[in-house]
Amino acid sequence: MNTITIPDFNQTIPIDKIGVEERVSRLNKRSIKKESKMQALKLALSMIDLTTLEGKDSEGKVIQMCRKARVPHASRPDLPSVAAVCVYPTMVATAKKALEGTNINVASVSTAFPSGMAPRQVKLDDTRFAVDQGADEIDMVISRGEFLKGNYNYIFDEIAEIKEACGDAHLKVILETGELETYENVRKASDIAMYAGADFIKTSTGKISPAATQPVTLVMLEAIRDFYRDTGIMVGMKPAGGIRKAKQSLQYLVLVKETLGAAWLTPEWYRFGASSLTNDLLMQIIKQDTGVYQNPDYFSED
Amino acid sequence: MADQTQQNTAEIKDEPSKKPTSPNADLKLDFNSFWEYSAAPESSDFVEIRKSYDHYINGNFTAPEKDRTMKSINPATEEVLTEFAEGTSEDVDKAVKAARKAYNKTWSKLSGRERGKYIYRIARIIQEKARELAIIESMDGGKPIRESRDVDIPLAAAYFFYYAGWADKLDYAFPGRKTEPVGVCGQIIPWNFPLLMLSWKIAPALAAGNTVILKPAESTPITALKFAEICSEAGLPDGVVNIVTGAGQTGSAIVNHPDIDKIAFTGSTEVGKIIQKSLAGTDKKFTLELGGKGPNIVFEDASVDQAVEGIINAIFFNQGHVCCAGSRLLVQEGIAERLIGKLKDRMETLIVGDPLDKNTDVGAINSKAQHERIKEYLDIGVSEGATMFQTNGSVPEKGYFCKPTLFTDVGQSNRIVQEEIFGPVLTVQTFRTPEEAVQKANNTPYGLAGGIWTDKGSKIFKVSQKVRSGVVWANTYNKFDPTSPFGGYKESGVGREGGLHGLYPYVNLLPS
Repeated sequence: MNTITIPDFNQTIPIDKIGVEERVSRLNKRSIKKESKMQALKLALSMIDLTTLEGKDSEGKVIQMCRKARVPHASRPDLPSVAAVCVYPTMVATAKKALEGTNINVASVSTAFPSGMAPRQVKLDDTRFAVDQGADEIDMVISRGEFLKGNYNYIFDEIAEIKEACGDAHLKVILETGELETYENVRKASDIAMYAGADFIKTSTGKISPAATQPVTLVMLEAIRDFYRDTGIMVGMKPAGGIRKAKQSLQYLVLVKETLGAAWLTPEWYRFGASSLTNDLLMQIIKQDTGVYQNPDYFSED
Repeated sequence: MADQTQQNTAEIKDEPSKKPTSPNADLKLDFNSFWEYSAAPESSDFVEIRKSYDHYINGNFTAPEKDRTMKSINPATEEVLTEFAEGTSEDVDKAVKAARKAYNKTWSKLSGRERGKYIYRIARIIQEKARELAIIESMDGGKPIRESRDVDIPLAAAYFFYYAGWADKLDYAFPGRKTEPVGVCGQIIPWNFPLLMLSWKIAPALAAGNTVILKPAESTPITALKFAEICSEAGLPDGVVNIVTGAGQTGSAIVNHPDIDKIAFTGSTEVGKIIQKSLAGTDKKFTLELGGKGPNIVFEDASVDQAVEGIINAIFFNQGHVCCAGSRLLVQEGIAERLIGKLKDRMETLIVGDPLDKNTDVGAINSKAQHERIKEYLDIGVSEGATMFQTNGSVPEKGYFCKPTLFTDVGQSNRIVQEEIFGPVLTVQTFRTPEEAVQKANNTPYGLAGGIWTDKGSKIFKVSQKVRSGVVWANTYNKFDPTSPFGGYKESGVGREGGLHGLYPYVNLLPS
């Protein structure tokens, strides 16, 4: 059995804010044209976690969204379906049924999403319920208050226990970077999550502004790279919230390509938590093929 | 608690189907497969480069006295871009006469405000023609369009804007003193930042009321000749700016011309020494901006990923053809291995190729001669026993290209550590204490620029004060601004360019 040395999380890894932002702006200058653009648009489409996380979610809404997930654009059956749908635990069974016979995963948020302000036992029950309902992936939130208090062991144990409760389901750990504020905190939370057993680290719930940003994503990708070098374990990445345009998604893919390389450029290792991104990607794909933009009314909104 | 969780992590790892494991044993990252960027070349169709260029003297393109020409080559394709005149002492004399006349009759008589108007106008025209100038700069010099578009041309315009502002404020530049212009200035610029170096020279000279004769480098004359057209378009009075093209001999004719009052030179230390010798005993003012072997010092408390990015920017910017390049990396021993690993990864993502492609990071080496010189140094490095690392990516077959190169296992005694290579070649040394870092940083005849990387503010000030360099960047590298002076210690030069300091060599101070 390989042992992994867990670092001392009280030690802060310095991150230079200006340096991170400059690196992102340099990567944003990559020009993605022609075949490389088409390839990236389709790739981004296949990486989407199509999401609905609202208090007013109903079975009807979820079933319709699952149709969109299967066939994003009816006139183009050749296009890939999305990677997963992401719903509340109570909607997992509905989504699971609606996606029967496909490879599309059902991801469920849990642990008293989005605030995470609940006792550990409630979070564990929440997670087990979602898994029992058939969730393939669990998107948990960390207790940001405990993190900001410096109670890093609490966060570590919380994640490790949820991971155990997940069983076979993959665990995505939402750091809610908008509440952590500094890149150093983002780095620290990423490290804690990965050492505690996360399969994916994820930026945001989408309920807090700012949600995903490219500099935050870069810091997390660099944490994943270091973790991979130190342990040999690959961890996936999911920026979520605020990614609405195809162009943004291509910029995110450039970040992944030039930080982690080709191995991470698959839905297995990289996801976009988004909903409106889907139609913009479709619109751009059709534009690449036909040379003209279609009216938005030609794209279904489920 | 932590131990218990560690157990969990490890157990999970034992079930390969649940927990992903690494696809390859040596943990190499693969940057070169699967999703490649398609070619994205900047179109050069609309760019106008004449078949041949004469000197620009007294407001007109003027045929050279003797029918001698030289060729400017595109280093990425080895094709001839244009022919241009090789200036003789007769040509230089003609240009000096024109400049003297313009100085006496018009330019020194104009009010600062009027001079400022012309300089502002030049700055605006540079901005308007930015795209064309950037493309020409990349074609003529081999630098990536990303850099000529985002650095060279915008900065060149910024220097003109900045010094235009000084033109009518000279009375306030040096408290208690009035200023008068120096007269006719001879200016010789290098091939690494053609238009930008031109702006560093011409903008303060004109603002202070001088007239100029400028000689661009023989491998990159085109943007200077385009600038001549801009001067005409701006309606600048004839003879205020004269461009004489040619090589070393032409430069020597400028340096030795008796009616020139000030010489400004940017280039190699070798030529700088020759110039300084020929100026000895004359009353010409001079500024020299010469070579460098910049130390880039990384302490173990630095933010490593951002330092890596800074190291890349310090040495691979403009193919390393930068006098202030951070060509000597000094790393604290504790993080050396980790940092070098990350540096190699980052180097693998550098795209070497067509300078006009928007995705190119490292373009073509400026000339065949420079290409050979760099190759020679690579051989020297290997024969000195250093370990050479070059990236895996491909380079175009045609044109002068050099892969980004890293030398480890080197010491102060190696030639590749002592001498300026002026190419994409970085040497890495380690140090143990700040004292040792400073000692190594200063153990060079050069002193142009350096960098310090640490998360600790007090260390930045403590160490940077001891580094004998004109510029020390902290947690960044290769940052330029018109308001900031730039210049060297020791054999890196005399005098400062940029900012208020850059105005000083172009004025005589008088009691107010």
